[in-house]
Amino acid sequence: MRIVVDLNRCQSYGQCVSAASEVFRFRGKESLEYDHVPDAASDAAVRRAALACPVQAITLATATEEISPTEAAHR
Amino acid sequence: MNTSAADRVVIVGASLAGLRTAEALRQNGFAGRLTLIGAEPHEPYDRPPLSKTVLSGWLGTDQVLLPRTCDLHAEWLLGVPATGLDPAAREVRLADGRAVAFDRLVLATGARARRWSDPAEAALRGVHLLRGRDDADLLRADLAEAVEANGRVLVIGGGFTGSEVASSCRDLGLPVTVTQRGAAPLAGALGEVVGSAIGERQQAHGIDLRVRTTVRRLEGDASGRLRRARLSDGSALDVRVAVVAVGSVRDTGWLRGSGLTADERGVSCDAACRALDAEDRVVDGVYVAGDVARWRHPRFDTGPVSFEHWGNAVDQAETVAHNMMSEDVRENDALPAFWSDQFGLNIKAVGMPAVADQVVLAQGSFEHGPFVAVYGRTGVTVGAVAVNSPRVLDGYAALVTERAPFPPVIDALRSPGRMVPVDSRIPHPVQELVTVLEGQS
Repeated sequence: MRIVVDLNRCQSYGQCVSAASEVFRFRGKESLEYDHVPDAASDAAVRRAALACPVQAITLATATEEISPTEAAHR
Repeated sequence: MNTSAADRVVIVGASLAGLRTAEALRQNGFAGRLTLIGAEPHEPYDRPPLSKTVLSGWLGTDQVLLPRTCDLHAEWLLGVPATGLDPAAREVRLADGRAVAFDRLVLATGARARRWSDPAEAALRGVHLLRGRDDADLLRADLAEAVEANGRVLVIGGGFTGSEVASSCRDLGLPVTVTQRGAAPLAGALGEVVGSAIGERQQAHGIDLRVRTTVRRLEGDASGRLRRARLSDGSALDVRVAVVAVGSVRDTGWLRGSGLTADERGVSCDAACRALDAEDRVVDGVYVAGDVARWRHPRFDTGPVSFEHWGNAVDQAETVAHNMMSEDVRENDALPAFWSDQFGLNIKAVGMPAVADQVVLAQGSFEHGPFVAVYGRTGVTVGAVAVNSPRVLDGYAALVTERAPFPPVIDALRSPGRMVPVDSRIPHPVQELVTVLEGQS
């Protein structure tokens, strides 16, 4: 699972920290820190965190493909 | 518009703006060929953590990859910078000699850190820039050695990057000196009044903050390792690591001769993200997004500027995708917004504080605890910054959106009894904003 948090939108309610404390944490009183690439064991907790966010600031990856650099761009 | 499967969209720049443009195109139903070109060998990653959670040691640089919200079915040309653009031939040239044809093009090459002016000093081991993943890895390794040796870190420039680096170095227990050309850190973006308040809190965290001070010379030992810095105040500092954080330049050199209006302040485009030529005419099929875009925000009466904000990259990516896929031309008028985390402070801003002529304390205290400051320009509310008060900012954003008179009427918790606007002391003319939003001077 990969995630990103829109920290413009984030208002530090801390629901994500409650839902997945191994992925999200507060630094000081209001600064959210998080692991962009949490361990697969945290997937369910991360999904709960995203659902619980009152401002919907957490984006989860849904892509299934890997990025593979290509040589196919020759004109 | 023309969205046939034969259509080929090329996006130059594989960071946040480029990735989000690609995602938004596919989500809007684009079914043609999609190519992303990236100068760095890495797949898209998030930059804000590099100066914070990465530098302070929590995350590795392989742990800040950006999620993708749909399958892109794209061709990825990574690790190869673009070197030229021929709009007539509809072709991007790459550093490895390849040429990539396009029907429509998105320029999202971002910016790079401004280098130290003296190349010999810049080449000393221990002198760093911080912009990309590789920079962060090199700096982290050097900081780990500095911790062992208890060596001092010199941060040249007290903008957002410099201040966040300084904060992370303090987290590692390192002694840190920050030099700032102007009277306060963050002054280019937030003015000297608010910058001074934040500077005092930085000092309370043990930063040796030298305002109105520049670095004259970086000196190395016989092995080419940084040892000492000579400052403009006449002092000399023994330093083991120096981080040059003196702003950034937009990556546009490769567009020379393309007919686009581009220099180190960005590529000119309109609010619909369409590239402009020297006569301010729209260049058909060429769009600009993210840090590299230089444009006039429709909500503010200022000249064209570039916004090095995470949210701007996202907003412009969506605008580009919409305008490529639809007949109606949408302008991006989303309110600028940015944040910084440093020294346990959450700093969030909306609007354009950097164009203000006045500032007023609206909630809290500059000396203690959380505060909100509101910015005005010729009697109109143009921005606000909230320190450790993220939940009140939406109300202030609404004041900026509606162009409320300045000073605005605030009836909020912890408002001072009487609001007294003062000169915001933004040290730069508006025209030069592009270079100061991140910079030192």
